[in-house]
Amino acid sequence: MAKTQVSFKLNGQDVDVLVEPRELLIHVLREQLQLTGSHIGCETSHCGACTVDINGKSIKSCTMLAVQAQGAEVMTVEGLAAGGELHPLQQAFMDEHGLQCGFCTPGMLMRGYRFLQENPAPSEEDIRMGMAGNLCRCTGYQNIVKSIQTAAAALQAGAAGQKAE
Amino acid sequence: MIPPAFEYHAPGSIDDAVALLSQYGDEAKILAGGHSLLPMMKLRFAEPEHLVDINNIDSLKGISEENGTIVIGAMTSENELIASSLLQEKCPLLPEAARQIADPQVRNRGTIGGDIAHGDPGNDHPALMLALDARFTLVGANGSREVAAQDFFLGTFYTALEADEILTEIRIAAQPAGTGASYQKLKRKTGDYATAAAAAVITMAGDTCQSVRISLTNLGATALRATAAETVLTGQKITEDLINQAAAKAMEICDPSEDLRGDAEYKTQMGGEMTRRAIREAVQRAGGN
Ligand SMILES: Cc1cc2nc3c(=O)[nH]c(=O)nc-3n(C[C@H](O)[C@H](O)[C@H](O)COP(=O)(O)OP(=O)(O)OC[C@H]3O[C@@H](n4cnc5c(N)ncnc54)[C@H](O)[C@@H]3O)c2cc1C
Ligand code: FES
Ligand code: FES
Repeated sequence: MAKTQVSFKLNGQDVDVLVEPRELLIHVLREQLQLTGSHIGCETSHCGACTVDINGKSIKSCTMLAVQAQGAEVMTVEGLAAGGELHPLQQAFMDEHGLQCGFCTPGMLMRGYRFLQENPAPSEEDIRMGMAGNLCRCTGYQNIVKSIQTAAAALQAGAAGQKAE
Repeated sequence: MIPPAFEYHAPGSIDDAVALLSQYGDEAKILAGGHSLLPMMKLRFAEPEHLVDINNIDSLKGISEENGTIVIGAMTSENELIASSLLQEKCPLLPEAARQIADPQVRNRGTIGGDIAHGDPGNDHPALMLALDARFTLVGANGSREVAAQDFFLGTFYTALEADEILTEIRIAAQPAGTGASYQKLKRKTGDYATAAAAAVITMAGDTCQSVRISLTNLGATALRATAAETVLTGQKITEDLINQAAAKAMEICDPSEDLRGDAEYKTQMGGEMTRRAIREAVQRAGGN
C-alpha cells in the first residue's frame, strides 16, 4: 500500500512521517518517532494508557489513524516536563504515590494535564468522572485522585503567584 | 491490532464525499469518530477497501436552531453535545444521555451521527432519537431526503442509509411546554454499553399525560419504541399502578441477547425497571407531580 506523508507538530517540534493509512497513531509515535512514553494497554479504546493530547483534546491514540494527525498539534507525556523540571502534575504523582507499576501513568498524566485545564478546581467527583477513561490495575485510584487534587492546588497557587508578580 | 489495508480519502465537502461513496459503492465506508468502525476493522468484522474520512467537512459540525427546530450536525461529538447551552436549555435529554456514553476521550471523537448510523442496538442515541421523534437528513447522489427515526433503524447494523448516502444532520422539533424527559441507563461500570436503558419524553397537562414516547436501548435487534406502554399512559392521570402496567408492556417487546451483562430474563426485568424510573423522572421534570 502506498505511503502518505503526514506532517504535524509533536511536543512543539515539526515532524514528517511516511505512513500507511492503516497505521494507528500510537504505533507511529512509538515505533517510528521512538516516543515510547505513550503505552499500549488494550489497543481496544478501553484503558487510556495511549492517551495523548491533540489540538487541545484528550484522545486515545490507539483509535485514531496517524494520517488523521495531518496538521495537528500533538502532545505526549514526553512534552510535559520543561527545562529539566517535572510538570507539577508529574511532581504530584511522585509525592502522592499516584503510581505503582507505572504502566497507566503516561495516560493518567496526559488526561490529567488536559482535565485540569478543562476544570482547574475540580471536586473529587469531577476528577473521578473526568478520569473515567483511564484504567489502573494497581493503585485502586485513591492516590491518583489525590495526586490530581495536589496538582490542581499547585497549579492554582502557581497561577495566583504569576498574577501577583 | 492493526486494521486491514484500505485507501484513505479525506474530502472537504459533502459533495466530494458523496462522489467518492458513489464511485466505490459497497467497497467504501465513512469514517466519522472511528470509535465503532476502527475497533471493528481491527477485528476484521469490517474490511472496507476505501475509507472516506468526513472529519474535514466543517458543514457537518455544530448545533443550531431553525424556527424552533434544533439542528445537530452529524459530526458533532458527544462532548460538544454535553457542552451545548442550547441543548441544555431546549433538549437537556441529549447532554444528560451523552454524559453516560463511554468516557471523556471517546466522547471527544465519537459523533452523534456515527452513533446513529452504526445501527448498533447497544448504542444510546438510537433510542433517544425515537423518544425525541427526531428526523434525519440523508444526502446521496440523488439529492437529499428526510427520514424519521421511526423508519430508520431496520435491524442490527442495518439502517435506511443507502451505500452512497451520508447522514448530514439530525432535526428535533421544539417540545411543547410541560414536557419532561429522562434517560435511565443501567451499566456495569463507567464506559460500558447499557445492560438495559429506557428513554421517556412526556408532555403533561396538570397531572394528566397528554402525550408520551418511550424507547429502549440494547433490548432487541434495534432500539425499540414501546408503543403499547405509551398507550397505557396517554390521556391518563399518572399513578404508580399505571407506571407498572406501562413497564410490563415495555417488557413484552424486549428480546435481548444473553451476554456478559446478563441473561435475557434479567435484562428484560431491568428494561422494565429502567422504564419505570424514566417515566417517574420525566413526569416529575414535566412538573406533573
Ligand atoms: C470504550 C467505548 C465505550 C463505548 N460506549 C458507548 C456507550 O456507552 N454508548 C454508545 O452509544 N456508544 C458507545 N461507544 C461507541 C461510540 O459512541 C462510537 O463513537 C459510536 O458508536 C460511533 O460513532 P463514531 O463517530 O465513532 O463513528 P464511526 O465509528 O466512525 O462509524 C460508525 C459507523 O457509522 C457509519 N457512519 C458514521 N458517520 C456517518 C454519517 N454521518 N453518515 C453515514 N454513515 C456514517 C460508518 O461508516 C460506520 O459504519 C463506545 C465506544 C468505545 C470505544
Ligand atoms: S491502548 Fe488505547 S485505550 Fe488502551
Ligand atoms: S500503576 Fe500499575 S496500572 Fe496504574
